[in-house]
Parts: sequence; structure tokens; C-alpha cells
Amino acid sequence: MRRSLLKWLLLTSAAAVLALPLMCTAQLTMQDIDTRLNMESHIGNITGHANSAVVKYDYRRYCVGCHGEHGDGNGEVAQWLDPPMWPKPRDFQLGIFKCRSTPTGTLPTDEDLYDTIARGMDRSAMPQWSQFTKDQRADLVAWVKHFSPRFATEKPGTPIAIPPEPEITAERIKAGRDVFARVQCWKCHGVTGEANGPSAPTLTDDQGRPIAPFNFTEGSRPKCGDTDRDIYRIFMTGLDGTPMPSFADNIKPDEAWDLVFYLRTLMKPNSKEKEIAKQLKLQPVSSNPGQ
Amino acid sequence: MKSKSISLAILLAVALIASGVFVRGHRVHAAAEGKITGSVKLSGNAPHMRGIDMSKDPWCAKQHANDPAHLETEVVGSGGGLENVVLYISEGLPASAQSEVPSQVPVFDQKNCMYTPHVLAMDVKQTFKVITSDQTTHNIHPLPNPMTGNIPWNQSQPPGAPPIEKSWKAAEFIPVQCNIHPWMHGWFAVVKGPYAITDGNGSYTIENVPPGSYTVTAWQEQLGTQTAKVTVAAGASATADFTFKGK
Repeated sequence: MRRSLLKWLLLTSAAAVLALPLMCTAQLTMQDIDTRLNMESHIGNITGHANSAVVKYDYRRYCVGCHGEHGDGNGEVAQWLDPPMWPKPRDFQLGIFKCRSTPTGTLPTDEDLYDTIARGMDRSAMPQWSQFTKDQRADLVAWVKHFSPRFATEKPGTPIAIPPEPEITAERIKAGRDVFARVQCWKCHGVTGEANGPSAPTLTDDQGRPIAPFNFTEGSRPKCGDTDRDIYRIFMTGLDGTPMPSFADNIKPDEAWDLVFYLRTLMKPNSKEKEIAKQLKLQPVSSNPGQ
Repeated sequence: MKSKSISLAILLAVALIASGVFVRGHRVHAAAEGKITGSVKLSGNAPHMRGIDMSKDPWCAKQHANDPAHLETEVVGSGGGLENVVLYISEGLPASAQSEVPSQVPVFDQKNCMYTPHVLAMDVKQTFKVITSDQTTHNIHPLPNPMTGNIPWNQSQPPGAPPIEKSWKAAEFIPVQCNIHPWMHGWFAVVKGPYAITDGNGSYTIENVPPGSYTVTAWQEQLGTQTAKVTVAAGASATADFTFKGK
């Protein structure tokens, strides 16, 4: 009994030491953040302003509870969010975002942030903010950006090119299954897409907090959008701050569409892809990498 | 009077050019540069490095069937020599030597589900390469502090993946991990100026050190840092030995 307690103590203290370098939670002063109040966002022909009359009010009213006064994700409510069930709010100071059209390791575009606010984050405390006007949303994008020094010094990445979506065919679905097997999506997502791959239980985010892979089979929406193009983007850019890497160097653009179609066969909603997979009597991939 | 001032101007110009050649020659003539060498040891008993259970990925486990893998956080060789200690000049380096970026490309290999080397040392802005020798998918996920100017990224490398070439903007000891294989932890040690890393016997040599007085820092991922003062004479070798106390 004593031994197991000691072991537990040792383990947790070791984990705390290991997690230290990962806990790169930034602590910028309000004074530093205020130097960037001239931050703008550009969404089509709308320009958002961090120093607009309403944005500070909007942020205080709708966002600060989770994302905090300093935008570091340490709002009052954050302590009650327990990962992996409830992911912690984003730390805007770090400038690292899951949902991007840009390559891994680069800043998102203003449109990426704008879309995220409206879309919300499925399976998290972040709702869809559909009540905002376009101007309010553009101002909030500028406000989110002004928390991070990165947006003052770096340019966003160049959005990845997505070729037009081809026709869904049985060949493409079978080819997509081969991609799923080759790049080993199943290591985390499982051979049937049930988020039960061998690496799933040990996954952590960049702050060392537990995080679950996407379960394709239970009917929930992917974090960064549910259109075919969204799904294409998710695995070609990766979700920065999480274990989900970018596959841009290892999946060709045409193959990426094949993979999108195969992923649809694993997802719960009915689809043309699911119908075809049924006709083909498509079996899950093997978890033996040699096959 | 006039000719005197002209000859003075010429003399000045010659002196300026000569000094320029001297400063430039400083970099070109390796003969003027010295080195810092020494060894890093661990006092007391070598800590036990726990064996790694790779059974969750049968391919990984198979590679170590006859030779189980162990953690590499403190690797101690014969005579107490500490491997994977990074040595660099933390004070006294002239700006010209700081801004020079080596052209060699250090390679970080994912081999048998371990990082080879466990610690990859490099200069700021030096290009390095990440390769995979494995028949299993890895994701290579460095976790720098974005506030330093180094930005985290996360890329997959399935079997046969092409190499990834990158560099870092700022000096930092960056942990790197594979989320798919949670035992895979390594480091990118990014330092400014000449550097070295200890071999299996704990020995090291920092090459291409311009003459001068320096503080040398030894960094070990678990045991932290130690410093020593050295003076390097032109073309000569200075010695700095370190002993870390075992925990």
C-alpha cells in the first residue's frame, strides 16, 4: 500500500518535471498586449479592428470566461474543463491554432480564424457563434490576433492548394483505403475509425494534457469542419498543438481525395461512399504494417 | 602640404584595407582558430535506465527482440563518461563567430523506434534533416516555446517518407516527441556559435574557436548546466572538463 503510494508520488513528480518544458504557457503583460491594439483583420472586403468600439465589450461578454483577460486560455471557467472530454481553451498568446488552411508551423489566415468563430469546436465548450454580424466577427479576429506577438512579426502561411473534388468512384474508395493503411491512420484512429488504435490511450497535446483522436463512427463532426474540403485540409495541414500531424509530404493531392472518400465510408452519416463500400464489401485495413 | 595630406590618405586607406584583410582572414585561416576539448563525467553510480516496452507496436518490438531498448535520459559509458552532453560557448564569442552558420547538415534518424542521436546539436539557422529508417509510421513533433521565435510543427513520416529539412530561428533546447510511440523523446539542442556533443566516453571537441576568453556551458537534459572559463590561444587547444553529480 505504502509502496504503491510512493510509486504514484514518484511517477507524478516525474511527469511534472517532464511536462515542465512543454508547459510553455506564455504570460504577457496587459501593457505588452496593448501595444498591438492597432491589429487589423481582412475578411474579403471587411476590415476588422482590435480597437473598435464594440470588440472589447463582445470579448468581455462572450469569450473572456474561457479565454481569459490576457487571452491565455486561463479564464475563470477554464479550471472546470477537463481534457480529454473537455479540451482546455486556446492560449491565443502562443498563436498556435488547430484549424488552418496553412501548412503546419505557420500562422492561420484571418479567414481561418473567422470561420472557426462561426463554426465552433465540436466536442468542446466552444459553441457556434452565429449571432455575431460579419463586422463583429472580423473585429474579434483582429482582437484574437492582438494577443500574440507572432501576428505582429510573422505573415500567415500560404494556404495549401486543393484541387477540384473528383467524382466518387469505387476505385478511388479502394485507393483511399490503401492510403489509410500506408500512412497508418489506424495507429491512433483504429482500423475501423473508432479512435481505438494502439497509440490512442497515450496521446497528449502540446501542453501534455490527454487528448483523444477523432472517432469517425459515432456521428460527431470533425473539429475543423465537416465538408469534404475541410476533411482534406485537416490531414494535409495537421491540427497544430495536437498529436495530429501534417501528411502533406506523404499524400499526393489526388490521393488525398481518395482518402477523403474512404474516411466517409467510416463515418456514421449515410453517403454515396458508404453505399459503394457496402457493395464492395470493403473490410477494415489490417493493423499489420506488412500487409 | 597638399601632397602630404594625399599620402596620409593613401596610408590610411592601405591601413584600412589591411585591417579588413586581417579581420576577414580571421575566418578564412583556420590556423588562427583553436579548439576546446575535454570530457564530461558523472560522479557516483550510473542511474538505472528503464527498459522500454514496445509491445504496442509489434514492428518496433521485433527490432529489439534480442536487444531491449532503454531510456536514454542519462547514458553513462566506461569510466563514468556522460554521453549526449551539449557543449557550447555561452559568453565571450565575437559577433562575427556568432553569425557564422555551419554548412554541414546534422541528421536526426528515427531508427528502430528510437531517435538516433537522442540529442541533435545544431547552430541557430543551421539546416538539419529528419529521416526515418523504420517500417512504421512516426510523427515528428518538436515542442519549442513559440515565444522564443521557434514555432512548433508536427509532420508525419510513414515508411519510405522523404527527409524533412528545417532550421530553428533561436537558441533553445527543444524537446521532440513522437505521439504515436510515446516512449520516443529526444532533443534539438539549438545553440549560437561553435558547439560539440559528447561521445560514448563523454569526450568532446569544439572546433573552429577563434582565440579569446570564453565561458563554456555543458548542458545535460536531466542534470541541467555547468559552466567553465577557458582561454583559447591562436591555433591551440584549451581544456575544460566537467563532472555532473549523480542524483
